[in-house]
Amino acid sequence: MQRIGVFVCWCGSNIAGTVDVKAVSEALKNEPGVVFSTNYQYMCSQAGQNLIKDAIKEHHLTGIVVCSCSPRMHENTFRKTAQSAGINPYMVEIANVREQCSWVHKDMATGTEKAIILGKAAVAKVNLNTPLTPGESPVTKRALVIGGGIAGIQTALDIADAGFPVDIVETKPTIGGKMAQLDKTFPTLDCAACILTPKMVDVAQHEKIRIFSYSEVTQVKGFVGNFDVTIKRKARYVKEDVCTGCGACTEKCPMKHVPNEFNLGMDERHAVYIPFAQAVPKVATIDPRYCMMLKNGKCGLCSKVCAAGAIDYKAKDEFVEEKYGAIVVATGFNPISMDKFDEFAYSQSKDVITSLELERLMNAAGPTGGTLLRPSDREHPHTIVFVQCVGSRCASCAEKGKEYCSKICCMYTAKHAMLIRDKYPDTDVYVFYIDVRTPGKNFDEFYRRAVEEYGVHYIKGMVGKVTPEGKKLKVQASDLLAGEQLHIDADLVVLAAAIEPDKSARPLATMLTASMDTNDFFTEAHPKLRPVESPTAGIFLSGTCQGPKDIPETVSQAGAAASKVIGLLAKDKLLGNPCVAHSDEMMCNGCSTCERVCPYGAITYMDKEFRMPDRTTKVRRVASVNEAVCQGCGACTVACPSGAMDLKGFLNRQIMAEVDAICK
Amino acid sequence: MQEITREALVAKASELFEKGVVDRMLGWKKGEFSYDVTPGVFTSMDEVNKDFIWDDFCGANFSKYLLKETAKTEKKVLVFLKPCDTYSFNQLLTEHRFDREKVYAVGIPCNGMADPKKLKELVDGVSSVDFEGDKVVAHTLFDGDKELACADLLPDRCVHCKSKKHVAYDELLGSDGEVLDSGRFDEVEKLEKMTPDERFAFWQGELSRCIRCNACRDVCPACTCEKCVFDNPNSGVENKAAANSFEEKMFHIIRAFHVAGRCTDCGECSRVCPQHIPLHLLNRKFIKDIDAFYGDYQAGEEVGSRAPLVNYTQGDLEPSEAVERGNHHE
Repeated sequence: MQRIGVFVCWCGSNIAGTVDVKAVSEALKNEPGVVFSTNYQYMCSQAGQNLIKDAIKEHHLTGIVVCSCSPRMHENTFRKTAQSAGINPYMVEIANVREQCSWVHKDMATGTEKAIILGKAAVAKVNLNTPLTPGESPVTKRALVIGGGIAGIQTALDIADAGFPVDIVETKPTIGGKMAQLDKTFPTLDCAACILTPKMVDVAQHEKIRIFSYSEVTQVKGFVGNFDVTIKRKARYVKEDVCTGCGACTEKCPMKHVPNEFNLGMDERHAVYIPFAQAVPKVATIDPRYCMMLKNGKCGLCSKVCAAGAIDYKAKDEFVEEKYGAIVVATGFNPISMDKFDEFAYSQSKDVITSLELERLMNAAGPTGGTLLRPSDREHPHTIVFVQCVGSRCASCAEKGKEYCSKICCMYTAKHAMLIRDKYPDTDVYVFYIDVRTPGKNFDEFYRRAVEEYGVHYIKGMVGKVTPEGKKLKVQASDLLAGEQLHIDADLVVLAAAIEPDKSARPLATMLTASMDTNDFFTEAHPKLRPVESPTAGIFLSGTCQGPKDIPETVSQAGAAASKVIGLLAKDKLLGNPCVAHSDEMMCNGCSTCERVCPYGAITYMDKEFRMPDRTTKVRRVASVNEAVCQGCGACTVACPSGAMDLKGFLNRQIMAEVDAICK
Repeated sequence: MQEITREALVAKASELFEKGVVDRMLGWKKGEFSYDVTPGVFTSMDEVNKDFIWDDFCGANFSKYLLKETAKTEKKVLVFLKPCDTYSFNQLLTEHRFDREKVYAVGIPCNGMADPKKLKELVDGVSSVDFEGDKVVAHTLFDGDKELACADLLPDRCVHCKSKKHVAYDELLGSDGEVLDSGRFDEVEKLEKMTPDERFAFWQGELSRCIRCNACRDVCPACTCEKCVFDNPNSGVENKAAANSFEEKMFHIIRAFHVAGRCTDCGECSRVCPQHIPLHLLNRKFIKDIDAFYGDYQAGEEVGSRAPLVNYTQGDLEPSEAVERGNHHE
């Protein structure tokens, strides 16, 4: 029989406000096995913990129930408390009477009744608890960074500088991401390429970093410290280690009308291409969708002009398998499609563009060589209208846009407006906004400068309709402050499109068993206290895959993620979770159901010889759990038809006892 | 009347015994009365010649018997499989329950079986039965001969036969058929249209007759656990089954959950129930729901197939869609 102590926490007034804590500790005194029950103002405080330790010694307790906050908050605290007083940490159960009780009830009587029931369930479980000891697993001292934008680059550099090898997997032919496409960066207006490309070179030259460009993660197995990852290296038809990046092939290729994705389709490239001058790795890639040689075996020109002999038309996708201790997700963002925003005439006029397209139009390496020209007729625009929040903060039109604020648009629009007014003072610039959001160091000062020094017309109100008419774009908008309708004949309309997570994120999250929110942003382990960790151990988050961010925020989050990875890789061994599945071989019938549902590949089958009661032997197929790989998710225990599979710490009979206690 | 004759099956058995391919055979044996057929294991041709029968009362599905019989021999076990039996056969292989190498499976066509329960309901004092084409002649003790149509005696599972196609065999005697669209969910739909109270009353009426003889479990090819949860005091389920005065429902509901996704709808549970409870309807409701939620799936159609309940695909339904998809299934 257990000797159980019950400790009911007030959590100040958080719990005591809606739960009669004294009544709870009194009621639980009468439960089977309970020999001591008390309540205290802050059980997690030093004094509260000492109260538990003293009670363990005085009453020779063998198990503990703490009625307090969510186990995610303080289960570890109380486990350590119990351990220091000499009882096994897994003899502690938490009854969550805060998040699941006091916070959701307003009525003291209801709250108290429910708290007592939750306490009873925890007592019923502890009665069946047994001491558990965690196993150890080694840590593979290598990190994987998925995504080679500024987030991935910074994380990789920081981890590598600490001495751990890092691999970057980037789906594009070059690293650099969205930042490589930007012209200037707010609020300092330094050139994006000037600050990004040195970091790209650092990555390329770092002896601890490997870049798998033009590659994708296709499979992830294993668990924190021991991930087994399969990376698909897509065939680029150019030998990466032989190509010198001279660019001869890209000039001679006769297929020269391929939309150039780096310039968002506003100009053309060849079928064999290097995305931009500072690409890393600076290696050509053949686009199999357009290459004549790959499509019908006729041409081969690039192979003839390549002095290095790097062209390989017979290249195939290759698969690399590698072990990692930690995985950082840095899959980034994309502007949303403008297809559903036809009121702005994006699909009807070439002169309605997104802000990212404007970045390319203003960039010296862009399709216009840095001179701002209208895409339709290559003339200087004289009236430019910016529309903010296109698809952002779209609560009423969730099927069109996003409910959240994309966060970066206010600042980059101020930047665009300011740069245009600076370079082309004869241009009229209007910005239509819902409101302007400028929290951030030197951000509001920057925005004020755009309005006050550069004379950008900021108008509170939304654009209702854009109609192409001749060479003009008729913009119909409302000025909410003046209370009037405006009609502007614009030459160029720029839409601040909302941003959304990259489409690769959702399948990746499934592979990583990492959780996401409804917008497909990765969820952090705790929104305030663990913002760069996924709830899945060993998975870390860097950059906009977690939520909209500007560059300074991305870089600081990237560094934070790196420091968490370094903290993990610095360990030689990880203590495992002792709450793992185990199979009762006498009951297992070898049906393989558990093996099929196990997401971690922790279950294998073997033929084992059993001695039968009549002294004969029988060979039976039975399941066996690799405890180092099992993560204790419990999928197998519910799938097992005969109940042979059970989860330590959450035994079927423990769960049943809890349910019984609640239903009594 | 069946397409294939007893003589043909005996000849096949004789050939396989003589060649030494098999040293035992699973087949049907006469019981007390001619309509009272029982499964049997034959270990020699003498036994086969003496006791083996094959007629419309030979409904028993032998798949589950292979677990024990294959363990007893170094050679092969000869088994005759009707189309619906082959699904159970495959499902057991999917679950690694016997060694395929130790089985010689002979597929035999089936024109639908006869239900002794229906016979007894229609005719009193039957002493023996003869089948002639699609007619049945029942000889009675007091009342002379009665002629019936075979169709009158078809058990429910044959009325709604899901398939005349053999999905597994080493050798096929006679012809193979097609997967049928037999409206097997019609009765389930009737139950679905009831109010919850009506449905509860229906099942209480049916299940209250249960005497917990365990025949349904013992015959079920999906119930092959080393130790059944109902026989295991540690399972926590054994007591639950007797939680209230209507305890029988718990046994059947738990059993239906345990075989969900693995039940091939062979109908053996209803066939053997001495209380005539339509147990197959519970399983069919599960099959119908799984089909509606995850797309059509027939357990046992293919060895090694992943049942939707133990599989994950990105198209799997979200909880919010469950009601909607459940309601719109044909």
